[in-house]
Amino acid sequence: MSIESTHSHDNDAHPAAPGDHHDHKPTGFFNRWLFTTNHKDIGTLYLVFALIMFFIGGGMAMVIRAELFMPGLQLVEPDFFNQMTTMHALVMVFGAVMPAWVGFANWMIPLMIGAPDMALPRMNNWSFWILPFAFTMLLSTLFMDSGGPAAGWTLYPPLSLQGGQSFAFVVFAIHMMGISSIMGSINVIATILNMRAPGMTLLRMPLFVWTWLITAYLLIAVMPVLAGAVTMLLTDHFFGTSFFNAAGGGDPVMFQHIFWFFGHPEVYIMILPAFGVVSEIIPTFARKPLFGYAAMVFATASIAFLSFIVWAHHMFTVGMPLMGELFFMYATMLIAVPTGVKVFNWVSTMWKGSMTFETPMLFAIGFVVLFTIGGLSGLMLAIASVDLQYHDTYFVVAHFHYVLVPGAVFALMAGTYYWLPKWTGHMYSETWGKIHFWVSTISVNILFFPQHYLGLAGMPRRIPDYSTQFADFNMISSIGGFIFGASQLIFVGVIVHCVYKSRKAAQGLVWEGGKGLEWTLSSPPPYHSFNTPPLIDPTTISHPEEAH
Amino acid sequence: MAHHADDQYYVPHGTKWPIIGSLGMITMLASAAYWVNDSTVAPWTFLAGALILIYMVFGWFGEVIRESESGMYNDQVDTSFRMGMLWFIFSEVMFFACFFGALFYARVFAVPWLGGEGTGAYTNELLWRGYESVWPTAGPDQLGGSFQTIPAFGVPFINTLILLASGVTVTLAHHALKKNNRGALVSWLLATVLLGFVFVFFQIEEYKEAYQHLGLTMGSGIYGSTFFMLTGFHGMHVSLGAIMLLVIAIRCMRGHFNPEHHFGFEAVAWYWHFVDVVWLGLFVFVYVY
Repeated sequence: MSIESTHSHDNDAHPAAPGDHHDHKPTGFFNRWLFTTNHKDIGTLYLVFALIMFFIGGGMAMVIRAELFMPGLQLVEPDFFNQMTTMHALVMVFGAVMPAWVGFANWMIPLMIGAPDMALPRMNNWSFWILPFAFTMLLSTLFMDSGGPAAGWTLYPPLSLQGGQSFAFVVFAIHMMGISSIMGSINVIATILNMRAPGMTLLRMPLFVWTWLITAYLLIAVMPVLAGAVTMLLTDHFFGTSFFNAAGGGDPVMFQHIFWFFGHPEVYIMILPAFGVVSEIIPTFARKPLFGYAAMVFATASIAFLSFIVWAHHMFTVGMPLMGELFFMYATMLIAVPTGVKVFNWVSTMWKGSMTFETPMLFAIGFVVLFTIGGLSGLMLAIASVDLQYHDTYFVVAHFHYVLVPGAVFALMAGTYYWLPKWTGHMYSETWGKIHFWVSTISVNILFFPQHYLGLAGMPRRIPDYSTQFADFNMISSIGGFIFGASQLIFVGVIVHCVYKSRKAAQGLVWEGGKGLEWTLSSPPPYHSFNTPPLIDPTTISHPEEAH
Repeated sequence: MAHHADDQYYVPHGTKWPIIGSLGMITMLASAAYWVNDSTVAPWTFLAGALILIYMVFGWFGEVIRESESGMYNDQVDTSFRMGMLWFIFSEVMFFACFFGALFYARVFAVPWLGGEGTGAYTNELLWRGYESVWPTAGPDQLGGSFQTIPAFGVPFINTLILLASGVTVTLAHHALKKNNRGALVSWLLATVLLGFVFVFFQIEEYKEAYQHLGLTMGSGIYGSTFFMLTGFHGMHVSLGAIMLLVIAIRCMRGHFNPEHHFGFEAVAWYWHFVDVVWLGLFVFVYVY
């Protein structure tokens, strides 16, 4: 097998400049970005969009932490505070994490399975180009007379139905995000099932591809349910229906069931691709094949299956029948089994490996440790009897931020550092990458760990003011938040430097221990990744069986 | 595993249609949001957005049809299209599952609890004393006033027969296409389109009857909510399916498709069978049972 080494770039060459055989590459800004059908360009659009949303949502988080820096109302009105918590969640979930993963899927899946592009490239363009419009509409509600949505991202009725003018805009923005996600997912599934190079059997696929296949299935299954749920809110608000109105025979709790039937698979939608990325990175830097490849695949599938039957653990306090509480408690705890398999396999992969600690590996190890903390607090929350105490406290906030920030977001950063040289053809600054990792990791724990204690002591979530007994931990948390927020500017700096300034060209095989098809291509890869199906043999498989 | 008609992969060139579609979609949905907030201009901008979307659909599909008819697509592209359509239909199944779920939840849990069954004893005693759980119901407060339901074995049963018959006619059209019997193909397709539109006509008549004579409206509590949400979205899907069948019929008249390659026909036929099956669920759980 030959590894194409990259042609060296001139200093003035644009980093994404054409490589060897790029006859179809469009010219001009609109042709290139607005009309594109290219998986890499669309992937870049998704990633840049997600990064912008990450900072918009992060700015809202800074407002929240600034208000909570001290007890009492200092900076913002309570209603605006509620708009910030609501919008922060909607922007981070639907605008930052999900589109970022679709960006990774776009960039990497064709490279990893030996395809020229996604299966449905024109629809791919539309999946992306719906998003900027949807988020313009969502964010515009902040400037309306009624203000933005303020009932929490879960939009529980009857509170959400008391929102003013902005409510319909929020509903339609969610519809657009759903359409985008469904089209993106159909594309991912069709690509994986139909575009693999001959010989790339299902159980030879890289784990990132596997996790996205399962994620895409989850998305197609639950995004329409969210669309239905918000449609019923819309008709209850504007057209006189009684889905969530007990006086008409409906039930507000029914909304919670439907919402969480979407919402629980949704959390796995955000974390499964993270599992995939980490499963690619750890073997590379441990220089060992992934431990238990097949077990990882089946664990992912098990998590996806279980995610459909655990939703009511989000609503243990609504007064469900006892059998319901018990069923959802035990089903939720079952998820710890496949998740434990995954953590065990990552650790076993590192066991006796010849490890090096480049930035992607640091973030991946940070992910394994800190995500596990979030997983364990999830197990505590799964216990129905004690959840009566934890419910809607800062303990819940600490739990899901641990799985989402040092979980999903760290995996996104690990993946970015891992593949940035492949995408741009340049090496990023390892020094600044490591500084970014250490500042982020320390500050994220200062930010979220005290919130466990706040929650256990009884501080409720989604309030702008609190009892003075919570003052110290809130101040510590806010300081951590400001450092974490500021440290993400380093991330942007590293990326911008890598794209525009870095003079160190990346080889095709960026990382010594890298396995898989993406490393057989030049960095950056040709415009159409593979014009003909590549040869698949044990040397080009990402996770060959370990020799015992 | 993928089968390749050619040595080279097929990748389409760039396209302006998605961004036009996004512009149409945002115009339409932002207008809808202003419309429900009582804007008087919004209906017109809504219409403009809808027209942009229709223009996009014509343009985009037109381009794909031209490329398909000129033989640019290999077997791999055909398989991608098939997968795309099947997974799209799966997403539609889940969309309807959401509303069926609401119906079942209301009937099995919410309404009996309001009537004091199981854990709802105190709900009934303290909040809705005297309310007895029945179906159909407009809830403890009789929202929307008293109403009568539409009997299952009147127009709805006829509509069931119409949709089942249309499933047969579209299959006969498919067989005719495979035997390259173009006359029968177009005739059976047009018969299917006609049955589809007759179904929609009956459905509209049923709505008129409900609103004008039976007192059954969207505001008739949980029964009216689930009834109109389920039948309304189904009716919209039948209308869309009938329009799609009409387009396919026109394409057949223009000589498109051949006995081996007719994905466009099959996709629409699948969609038609899907709305057919949804109707059977509706007929059983909304009208009969």
